[in-house]
Amino acid sequence: MSIHLRAKTLAKIRNFFATRNVIEVETPLLSHATNPAPHLNSFCLDNLYLQTSPEFAMKRLLAAGSGDIYQICKAFRESEIGRLHNPEFTILEWYRVGFDHHKLMDEMNEFLKITINATESKRFTYREIFAEFLKINPHESNIAQLKTVAQNNNLSVSVLSDDYDMWLQLLFTHLIEPKLGQESPVFIYDFPVSQAMLAKVRTEKPPVASRFEVYFKGIELANGFHELSDATEQRKRFLRDLAERQKLNLPPIPLDENFLLALPNLPDCSGVALGIDRLLLLVANIASLNEILCYPFFEA
Amino acid sequence: MGTISTNEWKNGVKVMHDGDPCNILENEYVKPGKGQAFNRVKLRNLRTGRVLEKTFKSGDTLEAADAQDVELQYLYNDGEMWHFMSPTTYEQYTVSKATIDDSAKWLKEQDVCIVTLWNNNAISVIPPIFVTLKVTDTDPGMRGDTATGGSKPATLETGAVVRVPLFINVGDILKVDTRTGEYMSRGK
Repeated sequence: MSIHLRAKTLAKIRNFFATRNVIEVETPLLSHATNPAPHLNSFCLDNLYLQTSPEFAMKRLLAAGSGDIYQICKAFRESEIGRLHNPEFTILEWYRVGFDHHKLMDEMNEFLKITINATESKRFTYREIFAEFLKINPHESNIAQLKTVAQNNNLSVSVLSDDYDMWLQLLFTHLIEPKLGQESPVFIYDFPVSQAMLAKVRTEKPPVASRFEVYFKGIELANGFHELSDATEQRKRFLRDLAERQKLNLPPIPLDENFLLALPNLPDCSGVALGIDRLLLLVANIASLNEILCYPFFEA
Repeated sequence: MGTISTNEWKNGVKVMHDGDPCNILENEYVKPGKGQAFNRVKLRNLRTGRVLEKTFKSGDTLEAADAQDVELQYLYNDGEMWHFMSPTTYEQYTVSKATIDDSAKWLKEQDVCIVTLWNNNAISVIPPIFVTLKVTDTDPGMRGDTATGGSKPATLETGAVVRVPLFINVGDILKVDTRTGEYMSRGK
């Protein structure tokens, strides 16, 4: 049954992009470099990396003048195993030239209506959603305050390091995310700059990253950026990731110099990556990815 | 016994937490899109029976606990210590009054209990789910009143007191559910 659902949904997705003149592309899954983010574990084979997403290669295409593109492919993340995680999963990633993150959220809204019959989505900033659920400002609190919020919500935590973003993410994943998007999809946007990843940062007060995430029925479905094209800034963020990796005793990662070289030519664009297996799980209304994958990791 | 990390904390694995042996009941992997992964874990403290929920950083480790559940036969008690024996190895174990706690009132000689051993010491005793015990004291039965669903207290041979239907008499053998402490039926 799930193979038919998958085939039908993929056909709808390809049709969605065909009618919008976004072309399908293929980029390498195996590469000499990968994303150095400390909490992304790439499978490494003989100094080659299985891609955690097709982002870098697709941006090289965009920089070379491809125009609007999408890709449906496998992505690999070591040690991510659970009800909503499988180390090998199917990712849909698409890029729209001339879109900012709001325009891409508009398109994502249409995408979810067409592909999974979702109703009109709602949008909140990262700041608004923390204020609504936890009555704190995530941009202007300190670790002691975040710990107090955890305590007041009966969240018992084994000793965690004093990393502000980790505490924000702990509160978000435990106390906010499970309640998001029960009726219709919810977009959370304008993240703290410390969680900018590959997104542009806007120098407002406080500065925020032009990044969004999509949640539906308590499940994180997609992550998008108004894409950063400043190679100097991107290298700085990568070097910070590498320093953090060293601190955590994680192996170093060779930076993707091809990507960094292409980045200054990246047109103004926004891109988003969406987990196809989770999308199918929502359509089928089931609890675990194991029921949607024809052979989950332990049976592969 | 060595340490084991979050991805090995499967249901039923026994670990040490805050100085007590615990049984893993649930372990959910939680990961923000871009950030530190967590494991949201439910543990049962094997000494107190209490269930706690706690979040760990993925990759964290806990010491494995040398704990196991075994079937032991209850022999007798001397008011201070309750004595058990393994029906397979004949090894004897003693359990203090404090540890056996509320379970004591259900135990009849030769009943087989589930006993949790930690470092080969008994730390908790679960009586059989169903026990059959003789009524030693209750108000006289009232005939013809069985349909009203009334009940009265009855003291059993082990000292436990349960609510029973009005037709139950001293000397009757009852089947009782030890999880709820409720009367099930009259036995032979």
